[in-house]
Amino acid sequence: MTARNPMEPQGLDRALETIGAWVLAVLWILPLAYAIWTAFHPAEFATRFDLTAPLTLENFRNAWNAAPFARYFLNTMLLVALILAVQLVLCTLAGYAFARFEFKGRDVVFMLVLVQLMVMPEVLVVENYRTMAMLGLTDTITAIGLPYMASAFGIFLLRQTFKTVPKELDEAARVEGANAVQVLWKVYVPLARPVYIAYGLVSVSYHWNNFLWPLIITNSVTSRPLTVGLQVFSSSDQGIDWSIITAATLMTSGPLLVAFLLFQKQFVQSFMRAGIR
Amino acid sequence: MIAKLKRLAALGLTAACVALLPTVAAAQTTEVSFYYPVAVGGPITKLVDSMAADFEKENPGIRIKPIYSGSYQESIVKALTAMKSGEPPVLSVLLSTDMFTLIDEGAIVDWTGLATSPDDQAWLKSFYPAFMENSQTGGKIWGVPFQRSTIVLYWNKEMFREAKLDPNRAPENWKEMLQYAQKLTKRDASGNVTQWGVQVPSSGFPYWLFQGFTTPNNVVLMNKAGNQTYYDNPAVIEALQYWVDLSQKHKVMPPGIIEWGTTPKDFFEKKIAMMWTTTGNLTNVKNNAKFDFGVAMLPANKRRGSPTGGGNFYLFKKSTPAQQQAALKFAKWITSAERAAQWGIETGYVAVRPAAWETVTLRKYAAGFPPATVARDQLEFSVAELSTHENQRVTKALNDGLQAALTGTKKPDQAMKDAQREADRILKPYRK
Amino acid sequence: MIRLSAQVHGWLLLLPAMVLLAAFTHYPAAATLLHSFFSTPKGERPAVWVGLDNYQGMVEDPVFWQALTNNLWFALGTIPVSIGLAMLMAVWVNGKLAGRGFLRMAYFTPTVLPMIAVANIWLFFYTPTYGLLEQVTGAFGLPSHNWLGTQNTVLGCLIVVTIWKEAGFFMIFYLAALQAIPPALAEAAAIEGAGRWYFFRRVVFPLLMPTTLFVLINAVINSFRLVEHIIVMTKGGPDNASALLLYYIYEVGFKFWDSAYASTLTVVLLAILASAAIAQFVFLEKRTHYQ
Repeated sequence: MTARNPMEPQGLDRALETIGAWVLAVLWILPLAYAIWTAFHPAEFATRFDLTAPLTLENFRNAWNAAPFARYFLNTMLLVALILAVQLVLCTLAGYAFARFEFKGRDVVFMLVLVQLMVMPEVLVVENYRTMAMLGLTDTITAIGLPYMASAFGIFLLRQTFKTVPKELDEAARVEGANAVQVLWKVYVPLARPVYIAYGLVSVSYHWNNFLWPLIITNSVTSRPLTVGLQVFSSSDQGIDWSIITAATLMTSGPLLVAFLLFQKQFVQSFMRAGIR
Repeated sequence: MIAKLKRLAALGLTAACVALLPTVAAAQTTEVSFYYPVAVGGPITKLVDSMAADFEKENPGIRIKPIYSGSYQESIVKALTAMKSGEPPVLSVLLSTDMFTLIDEGAIVDWTGLATSPDDQAWLKSFYPAFMENSQTGGKIWGVPFQRSTIVLYWNKEMFREAKLDPNRAPENWKEMLQYAQKLTKRDASGNVTQWGVQVPSSGFPYWLFQGFTTPNNVVLMNKAGNQTYYDNPAVIEALQYWVDLSQKHKVMPPGIIEWGTTPKDFFEKKIAMMWTTTGNLTNVKNNAKFDFGVAMLPANKRRGSPTGGGNFYLFKKSTPAQQQAALKFAKWITSAERAAQWGIETGYVAVRPAAWETVTLRKYAAGFPPATVARDQLEFSVAELSTHENQRVTKALNDGLQAALTGTKKPDQAMKDAQREADRILKPYRK
Repeated sequence: MIRLSAQVHGWLLLLPAMVLLAAFTHYPAAATLLHSFFSTPKGERPAVWVGLDNYQGMVEDPVFWQALTNNLWFALGTIPVSIGLAMLMAVWVNGKLAGRGFLRMAYFTPTVLPMIAVANIWLFFYTPTYGLLEQVTGAFGLPSHNWLGTQNTVLGCLIVVTIWKEAGFFMIFYLAALQAIPPALAEAAAIEGAGRWYFFRRVVFPLLMPTTLFVLINAVINSFRLVEHIIVMTKGGPDNASALLLYYIYEVGFKFWDSAYASTLTVVLLAILASAAIAQFVFLEKRTHYQ
């Protein structure tokens, strides 16, 4: 006999909650649904919902031709890849140091790292802008990425994970003559895989959609990521054209949306195994 | 240049590098980087690109490098940040109202000192005086008009017909506009408005549209030195009262703050019978309005009038004499009668020199599409757009006051007094 | 010998991350404070020491006070609702409701859409007379309302957008936490005959506490960090009714070019975040034990 799970609603409650859940879901997906509707229909149907409206790809063509989206895509991908690559390396090293090394001032330094959890780079745009100008880095992809590369969230996450690795594994590897970095690479990193995936997904979706700092620091097509490109494109003095904007929106967030649909199960599981709770 | 190449190379864009190499090799060429305030890739960018190419063909040794920098607001930010980090453009089109800010930042040089030959001098005098109003201060010319506009009234002729108004005649003055709007506002059985008589947007930069009320009321908002504003002048308050009354008292305009960006769409959707917006929207309206429409000058009160708007050419200080000469050459070339005419036709902006309107191309175009001349004819009555030292701040004081009055949280006189007090505080250091 | 090696190794491993953190978090935080005591350099005029002048100006600046108040309301409006909704969503998605694959996807999509783009879509939803919201309220015969153009509704509209944007993201954390609760607990509760609400209140909710704290931190930060929708939808208007602190900093720093005053405002933001951090740290120490 299986016991009734007390978390599962029964009878009428169940029906009501299912309706509630669906209503919420429909509300939540409405903007996306609107974007799809408008992007695939001629402009006069942007504000009117008529099932007989003709379908068109014209909006996508116009949007694609109206701005160098190919270049923006390239910039965003370079940016996201650059940030993630550096983050993974730096956070792994630092997380390892905090998890497994005894050294003077460790706890103080750890607190200093945690500061960034609260004081995120967005808050410090004014000073960081000054710094980038001093370094001659304004309007580069590097400048967009630099403030985010040492991520307190990543360091914290990996520290927690590495701490759960049994010390015996570590010692066994050392007995075989492995040095600190080899141990890290052979023992710790493989065991932390789900955490890397979860962190990677969070990082990619964050930086794909990040806006304020890139807006401030970039200047030209060669460094502008998609979000800023999209804003420059949609803020025209001639008013808003929702057909083109929604087409551009679908184009720019398409890859992320598809990736999410494909990996959503893995995404949740990574979080679960990463022990972020 | 080299630093830029390095950066590109670092990104692995070898293809781009190869493309740029020839310019490095030809050390003789003078490169003029040119910020242009438009979203990248639209029809205007293609026009600028082709004009730059034509100019280069006629002037070997000069290379024009257009950089499309987004909206005006973004462009000034980009230009100033680039200046502070040491790599400003040589030439830039920025709002005419940014003049004082650019002077205060020590960013630009004046054209008067550069354009010294008699020919150059004549050129500087050949623009519409209305456009020169906020292109000069202290006896020097700092901006050369290029992409300029004014506010005009667009109306839906079909709705005029339905309301038994002459579809070919726009309201002449404030009284008429109100009467028309009252006839054009439609309500359903339960009293909800289904069609508004008139709409004047008030989001983002309401001060500009407000000048469409203050100018006809025969009052200016600031002095020529840019260090004094007149927000609490009784005539200014009166103008605001008229604007506020349109929605709050007469209920012929939607209440609250009206979004600039959706106003053309409201017009296309037949939710409004008359709208105020920039002449720069002419092409947009022509393409998207599925009904007969008209374009007219803003209604008069004590006089006619509208502010000018749009951008000027500015020359940045951190450039070599050779670059400055090249930039001068380019500015003269692109504002020549033929080019200005072509520019006006293809963008909908007002051609900036009377000579341009004498050209065959523009005369032919104007004959075929009379609305194109409305903005030009209005120039005679136009005044400078609000521009002072600390422009953004002083303007924001007014914007806040206008929005407070339009949403009904402050009475017009209170709102304008508060705005004036704030402006006085900001401008105090500039009155010595 | 071994101890020394551990010292050196530890520091070497930390070095790259710490250099970047110092350069882009600690230094700018300190520099912000320093620059708030100087004037803004302009043209030929260099920055000079002005003591507390910037702070004096700030206290007298009504826009600052309004942005600060708005921000507190914004935080109060977004944090509890988005956390509550996230928890509800997670419970629903974790159960066996019909179509939960779709539900999960629907709840989560806002997270992957860029705010800058969806803000434009929300702009349409809120547009008077023919916007989506108005089409719905109009069908019920309600009078038209200018949602973003009226002081008393604009902030609420932005709060809704924010909740919509972040609830799904927080849901993932709760979902992970719910799935980690041992099924044995539910079985035991079922045998005891515990009601659903009772079980949630007495067993699940306490087990979710660490997650709630984590999500709370994020929600607090977000309420001071999100400004994209303001840039697109309202520019802080009408009459600063939707200006938040960071948006005002952006405006002062990158539109008015008054970097000294922007630094002064940033100091306030830093102080708010620091006190939130301390409060949460104290709370965290009591409730959970990170080893």
